[in-house]
Amino acid sequence: MTAEAHTPPAGGISPAKRLQMNRLGLWLFLLSETFLFGGILAARFYLWGATRPHLDQILGLSVTAMLLVSSFFINRAEVAIKHDDRIEFLRSTGITILLGLLFLVGVVGLEWRTAPVNPATGGEFGIYGDVLFFMTGMHAFHVLTGVILLGVVAYLGYKGHFHARNFYGVEAAAIYWHFVDLVWVFFYPALYLMGVAVGPGH
Amino acid sequence: MSRTSRMFLGFVVGFVAGAVLLTVMRALVGLSPLAAIPALSAGFTPFFNALAPLLSAGLLLGAVGLMLGLDPALGLARGLVGMAIGFVLGILLTHFVRLGLGLGWDAESAWVGGASLAPIGFLLGVGALSDWLKWTRGMHTPEQHGPPAGRPAWTRYFGFDQNHKVIGVQYTVTGILIMGVGGTLAMIFRTELAAVGRQFLSPDAFNTYISLHGIIMIASILLGIGGLANYLVPLMLGASDMAFPRLNGFAFWLTVPSAILIIMAIFFGGWDTGWTGYAPLSVRGPIGINFFMIGMFYFGFSSILGSLNLIVTTLKMRAPGMNLFRMPIFVWAILSTSLIQLTATQFIGLSFLMVVLERNLQMGFFNPAEGGNVILFQHLFWFYSHPAVYIFILPGLGIISELLPVFSRKPLFGYKWIALSSMAIALMGFLVWGHHMFAAGIEDALRVPFMYSTMLVAVPTGVKFFSWLGTVWRGKLFFPTPMLFVLAAIAVFLIGGLTGPPLATISTDLHLHDSYFVVGHFHATMFGGFVFPFFAALYFWFPKITGRMYNERLGQIHWALQTVGFYTMSLTMARAGLLGMRRRIVDYDPALGVEGMQLIVTIAGYIIFLGVLIGVYNLWISAKRGQVAAINPWGSRSPEWQIPSPIPEHNYAEPFEVVGDPYDYGLPGSVYVNMSPSRGAAASTPAH
Repeated sequence: MTAEAHTPPAGGISPAKRLQMNRLGLWLFLLSETFLFGGILAARFYLWGATRPHLDQILGLSVTAMLLVSSFFINRAEVAIKHDDRIEFLRSTGITILLGLLFLVGVVGLEWRTAPVNPATGGEFGIYGDVLFFMTGMHAFHVLTGVILLGVVAYLGYKGHFHARNFYGVEAAAIYWHFVDLVWVFFYPALYLMGVAVGPGH
Repeated sequence: MSRTSRMFLGFVVGFVAGAVLLTVMRALVGLSPLAAIPALSAGFTPFFNALAPLLSAGLLLGAVGLMLGLDPALGLARGLVGMAIGFVLGILLTHFVRLGLGLGWDAESAWVGGASLAPIGFLLGVGALSDWLKWTRGMHTPEQHGPPAGRPAWTRYFGFDQNHKVIGVQYTVTGILIMGVGGTLAMIFRTELAAVGRQFLSPDAFNTYISLHGIIMIASILLGIGGLANYLVPLMLGASDMAFPRLNGFAFWLTVPSAILIIMAIFFGGWDTGWTGYAPLSVRGPIGINFFMIGMFYFGFSSILGSLNLIVTTLKMRAPGMNLFRMPIFVWAILSTSLIQLTATQFIGLSFLMVVLERNLQMGFFNPAEGGNVILFQHLFWFYSHPAVYIFILPGLGIISELLPVFSRKPLFGYKWIALSSMAIALMGFLVWGHHMFAAGIEDALRVPFMYSTMLVAVPTGVKFFSWLGTVWRGKLFFPTPMLFVLAAIAVFLIGGLTGPPLATISTDLHLHDSYFVVGHFHATMFGGFVFPFFAALYFWFPKITGRMYNERLGQIHWALQTVGFYTMSLTMARAGLLGMRRRIVDYDPALGVEGMQLIVTIAGYIIFLGVLIGVYNLWISAKRGQVAAINPWGSRSPEWQIPSPIPEHNYAEPFEVVGDPYDYGLPGSVYVNMSPSRGAAASTPAH
């Protein structure tokens, strides 16, 4: 999807129309993904109800902040490339990738190891562990996809493929990134804030 | 060596390799190696049960050898090799990750790892990812048109191609092939059921065959719909192709490794849950369940991408003058179907993914001992799988509405109502899933609302029936094969519709649940909603696709056998169900008094099978030797009938303009499309 804008118009489809179609396709894909994450959230409420495990609140808040701030920087990158500012585009995309990687380290590297539901740290596995690992795992997989997409976009941008009249690749990656961020906006309270904390704590 | 002998040699080598490989694989997963096939004298049952997986493995790899012998450069042959490499890599990767975690060899995890990577290997091999990989390196790739350079035209059907007509044919032919597999399985277990007592199938084999029959037929229906939609929608809209041609090819080629994975389940102990894969049975069953679930996961991915493509095409690529309410009614049906497919499919993927995780990572989503909940699986599963039946029938109902006016020479009665009733069925489909769980112990408060929402679906469906009656009323009907199939579809779907409310009503459902009544009902909706309209569509558009006419007499025989056979089968099944015959069991109590009915159902099944065989033979032989067809043999107003058959690579020489309503048959002076707007108002409506 990243490089769709490189392709010349085929079958009499003008570049403007092609852009409209690409955008619609992307939004439909995100609509589909919404059902995936909606289903996961529904499973969380079905299984956990009004309870949640004891999780590290500082860590949760930190990774959430990183992801929210990263959305600001990817927007900055998109605006920069629309103004032909390649240096700023590369800098902002780089910061976004860095924040995304930090998020992954925070969730997969720290939260998974330290959560009181992890049997490796003497916690009790049970349904709290299952849902926690499933929700964060599915989301982290999408963050990883986003990081890879942004890596491709940054590489192509570095080689000079994107400019003020050809920015759809950046736009698509940015919208996908915002979407993954938005999913976390729902996942974070469902995991860390809602319901009564039960089970072993810190 | 001639091509034929290379193909033969490839098949033999592949068959032997498959049999050997299966023996090794079964030893690896801890099942008994098949070295000892019992002698026939020891009874047919153990002989057949041991031979069936061996034969399947041999046939599968034999087909690979056949393709390699035919032409090793074909996309399909390269894809199959890529799939095998992906399998090996996945197994190794999983094993090394486990070693890194300090765990030993585990057969199930290894096969799951292999099955997860195998489709990606297939896609790389077939070339479905080549363009996108080039894009990540900033390379420019033009869209591909026409057959591959320097190779015969038929090879494009066996490789990655971007033309929607080629992809439509690929979908349809794959669908028919898979339908043959599913139908053969049905004939095997129907033979077993023809009499009381165990004939020749072990209970495990029986369970695997009914499960495979269910899921393979579902895959076949989805492929058939993909075929019709891909071929027809761009033509009806006046587009030169789909919105995303590469994604279109990708979505098709994803279905092939998925179908192979599902069939492979048979080699790993099969699976005994039925196509629904309910937890906790699916968590405990043989390794084969993983193959079925991973296969369906990838298949769902293909459905999502295919429907995304169709929605964008429909919304963005319509010819000038074609507003939403001037679209052919079939396009409306596909649009509604695609909306369900785009969204709900995620839920079956989710539920199957959770089962695979529960099996392989010891999670406990559906295990009450760990705080999980079994009913959650059913909620997630039916949130897709009920709307899925509307995915199956809406395109078929669209075909009925599309063809009736042509063969009645009258306008379609209540066009807008039909269009919106498809949309209404699609949306209501999301609100009725609980009716599958009345007997499963769901919350009491949910049962009555689900009963009423289910009943409500009858309203938009009734709108369609009224419109069909209104369309044929005082029309000038004529009855070639497609029209016969359309009328039979309406009559059969009526049976499916009338058996629905007793199942939607909680009190009667508690009696009928899991009985043959449900089986009869479901098959009537699928035959009326998909199989009959699908064949109607095949016969109807056959002259346009191939440029040749099918054999009318063989078509009529096909129709007669299928209709009589189906009515007998469906009604007898419903009757046996009312008398208490449970579904999905290998043997039954003679005291039920249903043995005679079981025999009738089996014979009726054979008749249907024979009918379909004759139909497929008719299409095959007519494509090669049929009479050259006229450009518009049915006198249709639809634009695809106004251009030469077979249709040129880029469809229309010049974009057409829509100037009237699509179904104004018999209204003097009415025009639907102006085929050459640049040359003034040359009308294209046929006389009649």
